[in-house]
Amino acid sequence: MNNDKLILGGHEFNSRFILGSGKYSMKLIEAAIQDAGAEIITLAVRRANTKEQESILDYIPEGITLLPNTSGARNAEEAVRIARLARELGCGNFVKIEIMRDSKYLLPDNQETVKATEILAKEGFVVMPYMYPDLNVARDLVNAGAACVMPLASPIGSNKGLATKEFIQILIDEIDLPVIVDAGIGRPSQACEAMEMGAAAIMANTALATAGDLPMMASAFRQAIEAGRKAYLSGLGRVLTRGASASDPLTGFLRD
Amino acid sequence: MDNQFFVDSAYLSPEALAKKHRLEQDPFYRKNHMEYLPGMEIIQSDVCENVMAQMHAYDASQYTAADVKAALAHETCTIEDFKALLSPAAEPFLEQMAQRARLETSKHFGNTVYLFTPLYIANYCENYCVYCGFNCYNHIKRMKLSMEQIEKEMKVIANSGMEEILILTGESRGQSDVAYIGEACKMARKYFRMVGLEIYPVNTDEYKYLHECGADYVTVFQETYDTDKYEQLHLLGHKRVWPYRFDAQERALRGGMRGVAFSALLGLSDFRKDALASALHVYYLQRKYPHAEMSLSCPRLRPIINNDQINPLDVGEKQLCQVLCAYRIFLPFVGITVSSRESAEFRNGIVKIAATKVSAGVSTGIGDHESKYTGKENADVQGDEQFEIDDNRSLDKMYRDISEEGLQPVLNDYLYV
Repeated sequence: MNNDKLILGGHEFNSRFILGSGKYSMKLIEAAIQDAGAEIITLAVRRANTKEQESILDYIPEGITLLPNTSGARNAEEAVRIARLARELGCGNFVKIEIMRDSKYLLPDNQETVKATEILAKEGFVVMPYMYPDLNVARDLVNAGAACVMPLASPIGSNKGLATKEFIQILIDEIDLPVIVDAGIGRPSQACEAMEMGAAAIMANTALATAGDLPMMASAFRQAIEAGRKAYLSGLGRVLTRGASASDPLTGFLRD
Repeated sequence: MDNQFFVDSAYLSPEALAKKHRLEQDPFYRKNHMEYLPGMEIIQSDVCENVMAQMHAYDASQYTAADVKAALAHETCTIEDFKALLSPAAEPFLEQMAQRARLETSKHFGNTVYLFTPLYIANYCENYCVYCGFNCYNHIKRMKLSMEQIEKEMKVIANSGMEEILILTGESRGQSDVAYIGEACKMARKYFRMVGLEIYPVNTDEYKYLHECGADYVTVFQETYDTDKYEQLHLLGHKRVWPYRFDAQERALRGGMRGVAFSALLGLSDFRKDALASALHVYYLQRKYPHAEMSLSCPRLRPIINNDQINPLDVGEKQLCQVLCAYRIFLPFVGITVSSRESAEFRNGIVKIAATKVSAGVSTGIGDHESKYTGKENADVQGDEQFEIDDNRSLDKMYRDISEEGLQPVLNDYLYV
């Protein structure tokens, strides 16, 4: 387990929990780092673009990687502009691409995401694209230079868990980059399930932000993610999907 | 109609007074409110038809407690469910509605509350809207700020920490033309992260120009969706043209604005029908322009200068709360703005349930931010206020109060791209 690192764009991380940016507060960031063990914290550039006294940039401790996202972008061009602005603001080279043309469900626009990924990867960004789990698009993202793919589990903020489970499994099976499950994870058990499937990491925000006891929920996520990861690495026991296993094998009559 | 709205200013000439009275008394003297004036752009759209068909068919008295319970049990709220939630049958379920609304608000917005302030740059108006303090027959101190004065006001507001501004004018193209408003937007971009507009409706190309000047949100209040009532309240001027106003948000989106805001002025007509139409205006436009950000406001009439008899009691706080909860359950993703016309107590309560944006440090007068923010008197550059406000809290006080309620005040969540 000690050598089990999450590698993104050549950077190594021990933690497989990434804090999302949807509902951020200083308390949430503190709990995510201390109790969930997060090493990557997402930051909405549009929120960081403030004179506000409580600028998130002042609250990120040493050793934590900032992951600016492009929320607010409606197309590739806007996402590229926001990513460049993030770099100017001193947020580093990581960028999470979020492109939404839908204010109701906030579903990502896969086509525009591929375009933005290609441009930003060429500019040296470590590009982490948020996407709807579609295998062809995931392959395009790999070719465009993404550092991982980030399929949604269910609509953002919904806490509904792995509604797209089958399709995320396909990405895990077919894509050689880390598959980070983003959006919709509402409970530690769902995070655990995704990790058992072979997800490389979990991004969550609402599940923590709306919890009664923030630090306790953060630590529950840490344990769930670690448990799921261990189960995946250990090779899960076989699952019997059709009836019981015959104790007398059907082929027992064969003599050579 | 209810003539308590009519007030004759002692400053009007006999000719003006005669015209005013004729407008008030003789419907045939008034222009057809459904007919566009020259220069007003007509767009092809089915949104209005859809909204009005639903509104006309709505009979709030038909809904029962069973309909309300069913609406609350559904995971997604249909138009029928929404109609039930707006009906009198839902009044006994207000607490359950508030619980559900709070859940939806927290799913979509967490515990954040956005703060903004309005800035009135001119109060000239060419319309006779009988309930409004700025109407052209009211004798008030008229004022239009110069760019220097606007900059001074903006500096004072920006120094308070505010990052989002809503620029307002009276509805006078003659006094406050698009070029003037555009210059104000360019100025605002220097001092604020987000610039919204609440001005008279304009054509698509003009919205495009204002967007290029830095504005990204457009608020237009329809006042009432009841066209007959609208005709009786808006007697003169371009604002009298109801359909041009209805399509304003759609033109703004076509002009490239990021978001649009809506409302009826609750209390002018049947508030349940107006609330239904306001929300459906958002609903149908969102289906057509899914990328757009939408928000709803919920003004009620407040006492105005020269007319303090106006005090509609038909929308009480409980009913306003019911409307806002119904909005939230039906449209979980839209912003809901509650202005300083409401009391501090109401606003403190409603941000925990449904509202996502409140104003602070508000003045509805012209050119008086310096005196209000710093106490420095400068009486000769002040124009009269459009209405009196109830919640006078400064940005600092509002910020502290929201934090103390366990919520998170947000000054900016926006990038102009």
